[in-house]
Amino acid sequence: MMHLTAFNRAEQGHILTPRLETPFHERLAALSETNEWYSWAGYKAPHSIFDTELEYFAIRSTSALFDISPMVKYRIRGADAARYLNRLTVRDVAKLGIGRVHYTAWCDDHGHVLDDGTLFRLAEDDFRLCCQERHLPWLLDSADGFSVEISEETAEIAAVALQGPTAFAVLEGAGFAGVETLKPFQLAEFPHADGSVTISRTGFTGDLGYELFAPAKAALSLWDRLWAAGGGFGLKAIGYDALNRARIEAGFIVANADFITAEAALHADRERLPDEIGLDWLVDPQKPYFNGRDAILKARTKRTLKHVLVGLEIEGNIPAEGAIVYHRGKKEVGLVTAAIWSPLAKRNIAIASLSRPFGASVTDNLWVEIYAMRELQYQKLMKRARVVPRPFVKLERRSATPPGRF
Amino acid sequence: MKKYDVVMIGGGHNGLVTACYLQRAGLDVIVLEKNAWVGGAATSRELTPGFLYSNCSYVCSLFRPEIMRDLELPKHGLQVISYEGGAVFTRDGDYLASYRDHDSHRREFARFSKRDAEAYDRYARDVTRQCRFIQPLLMRTAPDPFSFKPRDLQELLYLAKKFGDFSPAEMAATLRFWTMSISDFLDEYFETDVVKAYLALSGIIGTALGPMSPGTAYVLLHHYMGEVDGSVGAWGYARGGMGAVTSALASSFKASGGTIRTGADVTGIMTHRGKATGAVLADGEEVLGKLVVSNADVKRTFLKLVDESALPERFLHRVRHFKMRGSSGKLNIALDSLPEFPALPSGSSCIRGDLHFTDTIERMEKGYDDWKAGRWSADPFVDMMIPTTLDPTMAPPGKHFVSCFVQYCPPKVEGNDWTDADRDAFAETVIKQISDYSPGFRERILHMEVRTPREIEQEVGLTEGNIFQGELTFDQLLFNRPVPGYAQYRTPVRGLYICGSSTHPGGGVMGAPGRNAAAEILRDLRHAPSHMSSAHDVI
Ligand SMILES: Cc1cc2nc3c(=O)[nH]c(=O)nc-3n(C[C@H](O)[C@H](O)[C@H](O)COP(=O)(O)OP(=O)(O)OC[C@H]3O[C@@H](n4cnc5c(N)ncnc54)[C@H](O)[C@@H]3O)c2cc1C
Repeated sequence: MMHLTAFNRAEQGHILTPRLETPFHERLAALSETNEWYSWAGYKAPHSIFDTELEYFAIRSTSALFDISPMVKYRIRGADAARYLNRLTVRDVAKLGIGRVHYTAWCDDHGHVLDDGTLFRLAEDDFRLCCQERHLPWLLDSADGFSVEISEETAEIAAVALQGPTAFAVLEGAGFAGVETLKPFQLAEFPHADGSVTISRTGFTGDLGYELFAPAKAALSLWDRLWAAGGGFGLKAIGYDALNRARIEAGFIVANADFITAEAALHADRERLPDEIGLDWLVDPQKPYFNGRDAILKARTKRTLKHVLVGLEIEGNIPAEGAIVYHRGKKEVGLVTAAIWSPLAKRNIAIASLSRPFGASVTDNLWVEIYAMRELQYQKLMKRARVVPRPFVKLERRSATPPGRF
Repeated sequence: MKKYDVVMIGGGHNGLVTACYLQRAGLDVIVLEKNAWVGGAATSRELTPGFLYSNCSYVCSLFRPEIMRDLELPKHGLQVISYEGGAVFTRDGDYLASYRDHDSHRREFARFSKRDAEAYDRYARDVTRQCRFIQPLLMRTAPDPFSFKPRDLQELLYLAKKFGDFSPAEMAATLRFWTMSISDFLDEYFETDVVKAYLALSGIIGTALGPMSPGTAYVLLHHYMGEVDGSVGAWGYARGGMGAVTSALASSFKASGGTIRTGADVTGIMTHRGKATGAVLADGEEVLGKLVVSNADVKRTFLKLVDESALPERFLHRVRHFKMRGSSGKLNIALDSLPEFPALPSGSSCIRGDLHFTDTIERMEKGYDDWKAGRWSADPFVDMMIPTTLDPTMAPPGKHFVSCFVQYCPPKVEGNDWTDADRDAFAETVIKQISDYSPGFRERILHMEVRTPREIEQEVGLTEGNIFQGELTFDQLLFNRPVPGYAQYRTPVRGLYICGSSTHPGGGVMGAPGRNAAAEILRDLRHAPSHMSSAHDVI
């Protein structure tokens, strides 16, 4: 083992590359025509690769590869791993079978959401937790009294999402035999090079899709394997802007975009209970004690929930990003956090955070005020909004098992 | 004989701020400064040809942007340049740097602890929350809880409301924060010694307390609530040294018709029937004024300049016991070339920020133990900066000005006055520490100004050399600064006001005491302070 000081010193040079490259970067950079990069948690990530519009249609019509390596990943192992995670998160981990994945959230003592994420059960006592923000101190502090080992493995694990109607065909073509048996939220390991890759039938698009996790050093060969197979199935590499459209259609929320995580909030009133951001369905009051439980249940019984997150359908076709929501066109009741014209639904859709009772018991007579900048002039539009269920689009192919080839 | 509307004693930055506002309000103001230059603890002086030293204060963040704008200081030459991070060197030859870039900062901390790296955001969030509470109070006169004047009640209500808007959890956090030691506070977030040592510095700067003394968490806040161009917590260099702040103020003051007399050492404040009438200078000259304002610290003003027999007993008692203990010294050094730090990779941006050599809180606390025993720290805490890495105006090309703020340094050496030999030995302690991390540092020295509390008191008039004109502990803040019942810039002597850092909201080159004092004086004169902006919103 390297002496600690020597290790620290070896790492000094990190400042020379303040924007890290993901294990797939070489391939993305070679494919990039637009060269539009942004920083995702300190990694160079593409806004787009060649054309956001066409990239979006790759997700919906053929298939798309999206590099999710910068996503924060924690590994939780040990005899008490399941018990620990059950105390940490709001959903019942006992119900999460081996080889299964579930979407979940975790809260501080006041029931305020620290983050949402996906929990992968790789083995009886081996889990991976993926999320947007960093929580190592929280995870470690919560582990007191549990026999668990927690490590942060963001950089070590390369991850890529393969999404779209031909996603399965690509995997099949790439020789991942048996992948057809994966049901939604199921995962399995497949041989790759001299090791293996974990493939889960998960994604952030609401479409047929998979996420592949492999050691960083196997990233390029994995990419090449998919790319070679994808040629005949319209496989394209995509950037975040296209993915973001698909995720809004699927009604998914993004931490610190659609809600503010409790540890990031400078204003105490920006913190949110799960029920205030549409995550009430995750909370399992029947399971053993979990952090934030009492506060959440109390807010439910005392009816002190203040906010609600809803899907909106807005008349017209101008996206209402950042728009203020009004009741009767006068009273300010909330804010649109994400909005697009949905090419798939052919509707103007939005995700909004509203102050109860608006959006909860009062859903009529809601309006959004859209400021659309057109050639240096704002067109101010007051448009009617209707609360509608999320996801905004539901695709049969997302859950069909065995999956279709297109 | 000419009678001014206002006689200002002292041309420190707060005195100049008050003077500027009053002159702009149409009053005839004279500033009497004992030194041959203005600025007090915010000056730049050329003590060796070609080099400009920031003799006392050396970095800028607290100075309120509202004041810069009101007094048109940019037009009068003030420019503040933001700088990046810095580093603390560790005894094993490594360093911990701090970077502006959020992810680089995290990765740097992760070299020492992944946990600490990820804890930093929560720490910064919590400190920022406290800042956001305090910030709006800076540019308001503290309420007097003993008066029942409508305005005081209104201000008390404002405070109560701000506090009342808190959730119980936030209220608890705030009370803890105001009373904790910086060491205990940091322990709640971090596990690594060097990380804690790096962050603890702001809790002890200028303060005669150790990092383990209760109350030091608040001192940290005082150093965190400034800003550079809206970036809260950021620090910058004033181009041309900290004297650029006061020379811009002096220029603005003169442009609006004010008079400055340097070399005018005030030895007494004249009173007639309990009302201030002017100032007496060392040569016996009297300068008459309808109002007198003192920029000198509260002890100097009331124990040296005002006839004590004219003051109420309890007030005097409180003034005598106002804590003003010198704890810091300073070395200003002209260097022949940029010092080398073998631990830093070449080209590291750290050299443009704060450099420290104290890698554990224990070492800091031991340094404080020496102070308690009346000695300067054998292993001092040094905040070293090289402004000439960003500012071309302070040294000839290729040469550098190095500012070393040093703690702890007692006002007396084991009970005796400082001697020149003590001063030189103190300087040697510092140079030796730096040389341990920067071989050849000593050989590069062309000139050096060494300042112990003795020199700081003699020159700037800061009693005991306390850099903040009184410690920033919670017992001496808000309506308790400097004396309960006299926290609104007025004094027991009619027509005598105080406007220096001894008053709310305290020390540092902030200007807020001076601005608030001007507001109170104008209020007494029933002048609308229309040319005075209110504090920027904290949203
Ligand atoms: C070594 C040192 C380092 C510091 N570093 C920083 C820093 O980096 N950043 C920061 O923000 N703050 C720093 N500070 C603190 C900051 O400089 C002071 O709190 C601030 O400058 C005080 O300003 P003031 O106007 O209230 O009083 P002073 O600057 O003390 O002004 C008082 C003025 O009154 C004059 N005076 C006093 N008595 C008389 C008399 N009898 N007759 C005539 N004139 C008189 C003095 O000469 C002086 O000019 C530092 C201070 C010191 C000493």
